[in-house]
Amino acid sequence: MEPLGLGYLAAGIGAALAVIGGGLGIGKLAAAAMEASGRQPEVAGQVRTTMIIAAALIEGVTFFALAICIILATK
Amino acid sequence: MKETVDSLQAAHTLADTLTSAGHGGAEGGEGNVFASLLHHLSDTHEVETPFGAIHLPQFPPLHVAGLSIDLSITKHVVFVWLAALLLAFVATVVARRNARRDVPTGFGNLFESLVVFIRDQVVVPNMGEKGKAYLPYLLTTFFFIMVMNLMGLVPYGASATGNVSVTAGLAIIAFVMIQAAAIRDQGLGHYLAHLTGGVHWALWPIMIPIEILGLFTKPFALCIRLFANMLAGHVVIVSLIGLIFIFHSYIIALAPVGFALGIYLLELFVALLQAYIFTTLTSMFMGLGMQTEGHGEHEEPVHGS
Repeated sequence: MEPLGLGYLAAGIGAALAVIGGGLGIGKLAAAAMEASGRQPEVAGQVRTTMIIAAALIEGVTFFALAICIILATK
Repeated sequence: MKETVDSLQAAHTLADTLTSAGHGGAEGGEGNVFASLLHHLSDTHEVETPFGAIHLPQFPPLHVAGLSIDLSITKHVVFVWLAALLLAFVATVVARRNARRDVPTGFGNLFESLVVFIRDQVVVPNMGEKGKAYLPYLLTTFFFIMVMNLMGLVPYGASATGNVSVTAGLAIIAFVMIQAAAIRDQGLGHYLAHLTGGVHWALWPIMIPIEILGLFTKPFALCIRLFANMLAGHVVIVSLIGLIFIFHSYIIALAPVGFALGIYLLELFVALLQAYIFTTLTSMFMGLGMQTEGHGEHEEPVHGS
């Protein structure tokens, strides 16, 4: 039973770390995008589109990590 | 495909794990309520209606080359068909109505604004004027995913995109379209030359496997992103509602219901956003494979204005 418990712990810590990474990434991205559209409001639409695409890519990597954690937790 | 099957099983076992956790947290009848709430997320052989559950026909699995393939109709299959029928019907009616008058009104106007948005903001900037040839596929993808996502938010509905097999199917179509667009535009020779990455031939044994892997990771990420986003939102709502059954209290119910409403509204946004993201990324990947001569032009007017 004990190795399984450690597996759950690993899955939990892994999920938390993945979310921290994803959150930091998207946070930095959003900050940069806000600054860019603040400096140049005329390209705000384009910046927003690029931001959403980049956020989706970061999110995708985070979901890969979360999927691994789910598989770990349900094994 | 192995990973896909694994994560499908993972989703099912996740539902089972959460169900048993619900049983542990609450005793007796309430645990069953929580379990039946979670049951709505997984793919089952029955469709719930206000008048009771309808059991869907099950067929014996087919045996092809040592694999047993179960082709029976499940809840998510029904919702994929429903979405397809609904979309085909609505799109046909709207297209007929819009064709009859110069300026579309009402629902036709909404539909047209979405179509024009995808064409002018997504397809043309990513793929150039040549991309308009692929517009029918990309628009179908967008509206199909959007309708499937939104169906999960209707009472008694289920979002088929919360099933990894559905998103894998969409991703396979996207994969074929991305490669087809690249080969059609560059020619097969140039397409294969692109896989070498333009490096010295001595590095080809390293470069070619990496480039081929790169071809597959893009649609795989599309598949996982859509699936995880749709499932995660539903799991959060179920977990919040499940708190009521764990705490056995009417007073505590106020907070989870409020939060669940907030998440529900977020889901409404995510349903549209994920359809947009899937379409944008597909058109971007298609555009990367195509030599878009118009890349520079589109940035010009924006800078000038």
